[in-house]
Amino acid sequence: MSKANLLDRRQVVSTLLADRKDALVVAGLGAATYDLAAAGDHARNLSLWGAMGGAVMMGLGLALAQPELPVVVVTGDGEMLMGIGSLATVALQKPKNLSILVLDNEAYGETGGQVSHTSAAADLVGVARACGIENSKAISTLSEIEFFAKAMQDVSSGPRFANVKIDAANLDRVLSSRDGVFVLTRLRGALGYAPI
Amino acid sequence: MHARAEASQEKAAAWPEDIFAILQRYDVRQVPYVPDAGHSQLIQRVLGSSTMRGIPLTTEEEGVALLVGAWAGGQRGVLLMQSSGVGNCINMLSLTQIFRFPFLALVTMRGEWGEFNPWQVPMGSSTQGVLELSGVRVLRATDPSEVKDVMEAAAGQAYGACTPTAVLLSQRLIGAKVFVK
Repeated sequence: MSKANLLDRRQVVSTLLADRKDALVVAGLGAATYDLAAAGDHARNLSLWGAMGGAVMMGLGLALAQPELPVVVVTGDGEMLMGIGSLATVALQKPKNLSILVLDNEAYGETGGQVSHTSAAADLVGVARACGIENSKAISTLSEIEFFAKAMQDVSSGPRFANVKIDAANLDRVLSSRDGVFVLTRLRGALGYAPI
Repeated sequence: MHARAEASQEKAAAWPEDIFAILQRYDVRQVPYVPDAGHSQLIQRVLGSSTMRGIPLTTEEEGVALLVGAWAGGQRGVLLMQSSGVGNCINMLSLTQIFRFPFLALVTMRGEWGEFNPWQVPMGSSTQGVLELSGVRVLRATDPSEVKDVMEAAAGQAYGACTPTAVLLSQRLIGAKVFVK
């Protein structure tokens, strides 16, 4: 199911991370995790294969612990909807180094493409703004993604939220490690923390 | 608002101070919580602390995910909630096994000792079972004098061994909520 003029999710994520520098990236379960893997394996990636609704909160915990590093959460509309309250929690904490990008295909692509709430009624940008994340916007072009990628490196002006409507085509899965302990230990190692 | 909260503010109890001191000693930095009257004294201490960050949640499961991120970034945390919140956490508790990170939850109990509100009883009755089925070790404190030892053990195994642990602070300890004077 493709619509004209909608961005390709893989291109969005690879553009977002093309010059990621020291950024830490959390990907919500499902296609966002495959998109992150397609953009290239990285020690500073935390990809989820479950815990639906938890991506933004993991990003928040990470952002509060590492205020000097940019933290970006990339997730889908279904995952965001399940953790929708976390936008209110983020807004209260105002982490200046946290950015959230929702890849909104208006569907649950992983389970057969059933339509999500954003296909007809729910406006995630409106929700994020109403929760108190003032810098919330809809994105529809790659040049806006490039701008967002630069903005997320600024750890003094967040939190920021963007929702990008993407093509709903199901792409080939690109798999990252499913071993949580490995992924977490590797990320901690990249930040200089030893295992217990 | 709550009679129990008002009563607890009349005279500060010693056991929340014991908990706070142990959390400080373990350098706990992020303290996500959904408020409960039984935690009110501890929450006040956390919010007044220069090293801890109290983080109000909209639902308790947010706190489980937050603690993963905190640990990924090198910080320890503790989740404060009421027994009913344990039910909200179930799927997210998978993270304790997937990531083997230091998970410690302090749970104030409802639905047991002298409970007036029947709506609290079903979840309160299954709180310990839910945690144990989810792979979380459960310790319980009932008498004020044992809180310190129980908390020491819990913090030691959670932060030292990454053994996911919950401390149930019993309703007998915190006092049954009073609805009718």
